Amino acid sequence: MCADKIKIDICCGTTCYLLGAADLVQLEAKLPDEWKDKVEIAAVPCLEACTTDKLGQAPFVRVNGELIPRASAEAICECLFELISGQTRGGAR
Amino acid sequence: MNGAERMRRELMIRVVRDFTGGRLEETIDRIPILLRPKNAPFSRCCLYHDRAVLKYRLMALLGCRLEDEDDESKPLSAYLNEALAADLSIEGEPLTVASAGCSGCPESRVVVTSNCRGCFARPCLFSCPKGAITVENQQSRIDYDKCVKCGRCEKACPFNAITRTVVPCESACPVGAIRKNEHGVAEIDFSRCVFCGQCFGACPFAAIMERSQLVHILQAMKRGQKLVAIVAPSALMQFPGSVEQLFSAIHQAGFCDVMEVALGAEETTAHEAREFVEKMLAGQPLMTTSCCPAYVELVRKHVPALLDKISTTPSPMKFAARQARARHPDAKVVFIGPCIAKRHEAREAAEVDAVMTFEELGALLAGRNIDLQGQPPWPLERPAAESARNYARSCGVSAAVLDELRRSIPELADFKLDVQTINGIDKKTLRTLKLHAAGKAPGNFLEVMSCPGGCVRGPCSLVK
Repeated sequence: MCADKIKIDICCGTTCYLLGAADLVQLEAKLPDEWKDKVEIAAVPCLEACTTDKLGQAPFVRVNGELIPRASAEAICECLFELISGQTRGGAR
Repeated sequence: MNGAERMRRELMIRVVRDFTGGRLEETIDRIPILLRPKNAPFSRCCLYHDRAVLKYRLMALLGCRLEDEDDESKPLSAYLNEALAADLSIEGEPLTVASAGCSGCPESRVVVTSNCRGCFARPCLFSCPKGAITVENQQSRIDYDKCVKCGRCEKACPFNAITRTVVPCESACPVGAIRKNEHGVAEIDFSRCVFCGQCFGACPFAAIMERSQLVHILQAMKRGQKLVAIVAPSALMQFPGSVEQLFSAIHQAGFCDVMEVALGAEETTAHEAREFVEKMLAGQPLMTTSCCPAYVELVRKHVPALLDKISTTPSPMKFAARQARARHPDAKVVFIGPCIAKRHEAREAAEVDAVMTFEELGALLAGRNIDLQGQPPWPLERPAAESARNYARSCGVSAAVLDELRRSIPELADFKLDVQTINGIDKKTLRTLKLHAAGKAPGNFLEVMSCPGGCVRGPCSLVK
């Protein structure tokens, strides 16, 4: 695979799966077409981010090494937008 | 996934984690505070209200009937001790309402909002068949003594200024079994309820809860009671990994054996096909399926004219439980599925001791740190037939029965098979069902599934 693709690892440990990652398996379908060849989405084994006190933060997704807690398709898209365009959505801040 | 589902699952995971870690008796009273600490955001009117409802949520998770609460100061740890001392099977209806969680949504009606511009054309006034609309101070006004909630004004308004308030539980219930009591709080009338679980999914305040056996199951495992899991075919698309990996994980979680309910469905198919031929030869005009427990309950309580048309063939759950008992006479049987009505069916059936939902199974695996990826494949004696696994989908039962008829019963040639399906019980399909009962609808074999799409879309499924 192309080395400069953005790597999206969706934690499919049972906790993350139960608390929202199950809905993220269709993430690719939610991405704008022009992003689809820029990302590499993988369902990965437990990232071990959900220790007892962080249970409320699941599901976790890792985007280019950065851990996103309470990940939703919208939060991932926001993060991708920043990585791809180099700016936050809604213009420069 | 919404906030209510999330909280339900998170609590289940915490309960399993703390039970497994041997600390639930110390932690359970603190869980509502842990989840709603001071200065943290809250969802209802205040932090304390959230905590109160969390307590009720945990009580339901411990199997309590919330309507029976007689001592509000009784701590969760006391309820837990009762659950730990109790038998595996629990008595009573599977649904319960937390009155503190119910928002007492205002009665459904058509209302004019501040979007009303008091326009010149006044299509609302002209569209109303009852003359219920007048205009005062440049605002349309509805006279509720005249309004029949037809919604024509709502459709006519070009500003979307007229809208309808909804009581989600009441409008979701197909049989009028939930309504507000004298305190303005939702109450389920169990003489009408069919346990379809639609109110449970519809309530945005998540005030309607299922009475779980999760802790009872955990405690049975801890006591050394042998438990066999029989897993509904709808599990196939619910978890990551293969069905064999899922079964290995279930075994690792504490079940002595894991079997497919689809093996029971194979027996249901053969039995139901034979029964169909017998009934038709005896001159019966119609036979319906019997595997959906919410449908069976619907007929019992609301369409009794269909009672003698329901097949007497045991459901796949019952056949599978008999197989499990034959293989493990000293074990208790736990059905795992996406269904609330199965809790009711299991309580009435001698074959099944407990019911666990896919959500609860997921929490059991999560709470015990069992991941599905990397599980070795479970050695299935043989995989169940594809047609039996398809019972989980709408049209699956009738397809399996039809197939069996074509394959094995030559007398079939004597009469014409006409399969009809009802895919999801709602107010409209209930009318269709009544037409069938009155002999005014076509078909001689009727499949009814309470959930649209079949069991795969059950109220306690993980992926919808």
